[in-house]
Amino acid sequence: MNFLFHMGRYALFVRRVFGKPVNHRIFFNQIAQEMEALGISSVGIVVIISFFMGAVITLQTAYNIEMPFIPKYTVGLAARDSILLEFSSTIVSLILAGKVGSHIASEIGTMRVTEQIDALDVMGINSAGFLVLPKVVALVVLNPFLVMISMGVGIFGGWIAGTSTGVVPSADYIYGIQYGFIPFYVIYSLIKAVVFAFLITTISGYWGYYASGGSLEVGRSSTKAVVVSSVQILLFNLLLTQLLLA
Amino acid sequence: MIEVMNLSKSFDGVPVLKDISATFKTGCTNLIIGQSGSGKTVLLKSLVGLHVPDEGQILYDSRNFTEMHRKEKKSIRQEIGMLFQGSALFDYLTVEENVRFPLDMFSGFSLEERRERANFCLKRVNLENANHLFPSEISGGMQKRVAIARAIALNPKYLFCDEPNSGLDPKTAIVIDELIQEITREYDMTTIINTHDMNSVFGIGEHIIFIAKGKKQWEGSNDEILSSENQELNDFIFASKFFRKIMSGEK
Repeated sequence: MNFLFHMGRYALFVRRVFGKPVNHRIFFNQIAQEMEALGISSVGIVVIISFFMGAVITLQTAYNIEMPFIPKYTVGLAARDSILLEFSSTIVSLILAGKVGSHIASEIGTMRVTEQIDALDVMGINSAGFLVLPKVVALVVLNPFLVMISMGVGIFGGWIAGTSTGVVPSADYIYGIQYGFIPFYVIYSLIKAVVFAFLITTISGYWGYYASGGSLEVGRSSTKAVVVSSVQILLFNLLLTQLLLA
Repeated sequence: MIEVMNLSKSFDGVPVLKDISATFKTGCTNLIIGQSGSGKTVLLKSLVGLHVPDEGQILYDSRNFTEMHRKEKKSIRQEIGMLFQGSALFDYLTVEENVRFPLDMFSGFSLEERRERANFCLKRVNLENANHLFPSEISGGMQKRVAIARAIALNPKYLFCDEPNSGLDPKTAIVIDELIQEITREYDMTTIINTHDMNSVFGIGEHIIFIAKGKKQWEGSNDEILSSENQELNDFIFASKFFRKIMSGEK
């Protein structure tokens, strides 16, 4: 029953989020600010994590296929496909669910418990749309770029790790990342990035918007936002993989 | 004028407001008083549409707010200013930006005109030279002034104040009360104030409604309140030992 209650309220909330903005000039300013707060400020963590994950994927692949019958370029190929198909979209989005999701839920939750949302409602402003829609637009636009950055940095991290440790020669790695390249894998990953960005912003916005009580409840809402967003990302990852790759 | 007719509201089956009817007059300060948990805030929030009443009607100058469509409610809301208990200023905006916010959202004024109006409102609440400070950088009393300035920015016809002097020292509380009363008279607004502060009751209580356990128990003015025979009202007024001593003439 609790699940159905939240599903229904979430659906109504999303409908309100997509209400027409009152003032378009302020709306576009908000989008620019949210792009900075949610997207640009996440570039650093995405680059660091992608570099090291790319490096680890390459090393582990190399150590696990150390057989004379398997060509060395397979390491580059496996690293590329792991990064393109799963790591850059799903793992980066899971990390963003933690960073961005908790930020959104705590920001909106604090506004709720300090009556700032009531103040917006009394003024006749659609508070759900005013607070959440700019975040949705900002992350839906920027997440695919973050995923593309992650792809590039991850593959580069794999090349650095592979060549510096000597587990795979540079030429083999580069041949591997070009071998049998399927461009749709990138499209598939970007589609996932858009869907995950929507899930992160709306789910976190929902938990923040319906926070009640004091700072303790805001903290709980923030935790719920991260947990529920992460679970939904994993669930939708499964659905999208079946829909787009099967 | 705001009229409330047979208003009832319950949460999870627990009645909070029971059949409340009242008339709030224009150009004077209307007070809703009662103990904590008596239903004052729920009544005030129902009046501004933050809570949807289960039964009853709310009329803003004969316009039925409860039966209005969303668009009509939106236009009425632009005639409403509200001062919240904790001021509810936007943390990420400066004092001037907070006051300018309703103007930015709804007025067709140029930036210069909006700034001019915001500065006029800040001057009206005796708050100058704080334009570029953030709410966290000013005192509670100053935050209330900013919230009042924001509430009057769009020249509202109706002003709602939820415990405007909670958390303030007695001297600042009186200043805020007097400011609200002055503004009410100056702009000929219908002002409704939620309070349990006896200083406010005797200072600016031109029209008072006493609520206990979700029911209206008494209605009158601050001149009539001491002669009331309503036991619950007397228990509420004379709850303070200090106040009892003053009334009995003890030193």
